[in-house]
Amino acid sequence: MNYLDHAATTPMLDEALEAYVATAREVGNPSSLHAAGRLARRRVEESRERVAAALGARPSEVVFTGGGTESDNLAVKGIFWARRAADPGRARVVASAIEHHAVLDPVEWLVRHEGASASWLPVDGAGRLTPETLAAVLDEHAAEVALISVMWANNEVGTVQPIAELAEVAAAYGIPFHTDAVQAVGQVPVDFAASGVSALTVTGHKLGGPIGVGALLLSRDVTATPVLHGGGQERDVRSGTLDAPGIVAFAVAVEAAVKTQQEYAARVGALRDDLVARVRQAVPEAIYNGDPDNRLPGNAHFSFPGCEGDALLLLLDAQGIACSTGSACSAGVAQPSHVLLAMGADDDRARSSLRFSLGHTSTAEDVDALIAALPGAVERARRAGAIRSARA
Amino acid sequence: MKVLAAMSGGVDSAVAAARAVEAGHDVTGVHLALARNPQTYRTGARGCCTLEDSRDARRAADVIGIPFYVWDLADRFHADVVEDFVAEYAAGRTPNPCLRCNEKIKFAAVLDRAVALGFDAVVTGHHARLGPDGLLRRSVDTAKDQSYVLAVLTREQLDRSIFPLGDSTKAEVRAEAARRGLAVADKPDSHDICFIADGDTRRFLAERLGEAPGDIVDAQTGAVVGTHRGAYAYTVGQRRGLSLGVPAPDGRPRYVLSITPKTNTVTVGPAEALEVSTVYAERPVWTGGPTPTGPVECLVQLRAHGQVVPATVRLDGGSFRADLHQPVRGVAAGQAIVAYRPDPGGDIVLGSATISGTATPLRSPVAAGAASPGA
Repeated sequence: MNYLDHAATTPMLDEALEAYVATAREVGNPSSLHAAGRLARRRVEESRERVAAALGARPSEVVFTGGGTESDNLAVKGIFWARRAADPGRARVVASAIEHHAVLDPVEWLVRHEGASASWLPVDGAGRLTPETLAAVLDEHAAEVALISVMWANNEVGTVQPIAELAEVAAAYGIPFHTDAVQAVGQVPVDFAASGVSALTVTGHKLGGPIGVGALLLSRDVTATPVLHGGGQERDVRSGTLDAPGIVAFAVAVEAAVKTQQEYAARVGALRDDLVARVRQAVPEAIYNGDPDNRLPGNAHFSFPGCEGDALLLLLDAQGIACSTGSACSAGVAQPSHVLLAMGADDDRARSSLRFSLGHTSTAEDVDALIAALPGAVERARRAGAIRSARA
Repeated sequence: MKVLAAMSGGVDSAVAAARAVEAGHDVTGVHLALARNPQTYRTGARGCCTLEDSRDARRAADVIGIPFYVWDLADRFHADVVEDFVAEYAAGRTPNPCLRCNEKIKFAAVLDRAVALGFDAVVTGHHARLGPDGLLRRSVDTAKDQSYVLAVLTREQLDRSIFPLGDSTKAEVRAEAARRGLAVADKPDSHDICFIADGDTRRFLAERLGEAPGDIVDAQTGAVVGTHRGAYAYTVGQRRGLSLGVPAPDGRPRYVLSITPKTNTVTVGPAEALEVSTVYAERPVWTGGPTPTGPVECLVQLRAHGQVVPATVRLDGGSFRADLHQPVRGVAAGQAIVAYRPDPGGDIVLGSATISGTATPLRSPVAAGAASPGA
């Protein structure tokens, strides 16, 4: 198999897997008071310090969670609830139009069930959000905004946002700024304190750690109302028995990913540039989506006019090449991507798109395999697409 | 061959896919997402359009060991099957949505896409036989036979179809599913119309077509004997739900004889007035041999699971006429007439067409719908 879907999940690093297994062999609830509990707690706290150090945060700012979706929910709902409780006039959420569903859907849920209002920040054709766009919305609504959420880098098209500049605008108005950085950590430099954001989502399985563990970095001066109530772990913000093996492996992976980020970006970025150049050569009409320069090193995202993304995926899958059409709903049916639509693409272009994402195990052979299979797949998918448009 | 198995999430399509693998084909499973919002379609194990069905299909593909995808055909299904269903009722006809789904979705949209993507054929779990001679025959399980809803398929469509279950009874299929470890082995059969969540067709139509009160007229006296809330809600041959205010002169039950959308009238009469001796139909398909130039003696079936009667069928251009050797009651426009030739290897489908009108031995032709006889 040639795995070109690292943005969905990337293989665990050996050292993370070993750390996981070693910790999983030890008994002990980190909240227990006896020696076994203390040992487990020590593993968790050491991991908290490693994550904090790697990401430019203080250990007390690291809230371990069950992954990206949970961290996003805690940031969006938790900060919204806390801010509105302090000032009932603050019931507006400002977010980019290209957020992951883990941010989009909590915002929409707040609108439907909590009387919130939402301002969706538009992006340009490359998926870029400008600080001026954010400033314009805040000029009008600052007094009623509970929080702002803008992803560090987009999971579909790979565009990296000017997070520090955006956070500076938010800070000028004194409004908490959350960023979903699950795609960014290990790919581009991410420093919590230097970026000026108040909350940051990171997850293990996008950077070589296990699935089901992540963190929300949360500034000490920002309050979040809990989403999960229970035993009061994680400064009472996130209850639930601490997953010591997962957290240890997560910390190992975060540390490794951050340490190797530059070298990774150079190697994988070069591989990606080669992939992009050869795809454009093989399929000249392919449209390269996203910011051509300021993007994640492993991300290549194309629209193949006349094709349907899911037909291409099937044909490439049959040849052992794993890639993605972008977002999928619960039934497994590909919907036209809201990200592409927000970037001004029409329905057909959105449906014709495919994401190839490289990662730490990618090789030149993966790119060769894709380039060998792609032209035939595109030709077939185009024939199938022609039938659809002829009959529709 | 490289084949695409349409997997509904039911036991039949799961076993059909497994048999295709065993027959040496390179099989890919596909579940067709037909509902725009799967949650709003029938839940539980009765339809073929829910998230649960999608998951059942996926698990069956896992067990069989084939790749599996979901294809979104919701828009096509809505336009070609659901809207057609409503429009047919509005025109006073009685459509068969399963037949339309076979004609427009499974063996058209899906098959065309499959062929374009490099597949040779589509495999389904329909109970019908399709052998190397290319002739479509009834299943050995006559109670489960689905040749009636497949008879609409053209030669080209049949040539790219595989029905692996035709030689098995439903009981055998279920036993085989259990033997293969397929969890859907004892899943209840789907029935009713998958896109009508609660099974209430009348309400489904009323929501889309609105209330349209009109007269119920007695065919013999011409008198108005009741009112209805929408002529579209009636089917020729229907007896229940007429709630007639005026009893029939002879005191006997009355049945719907015809529906006239133009005047929004439902005409009722005694059972014998339902008797039909000639059936007119349109859009004929003939796959049981060369298109006949003269009369064909055969058996015809006039609705799904309906009785079979001997008839003489004539094809003339785009029209299809069947003179029944014995009268049949309750023939509704919009249903298919399917011609069969008796055969020890399973009755052979000769051809089919959509019923447009009927005639009785004693009366002039009655257009049971918008189309006139032979048009």
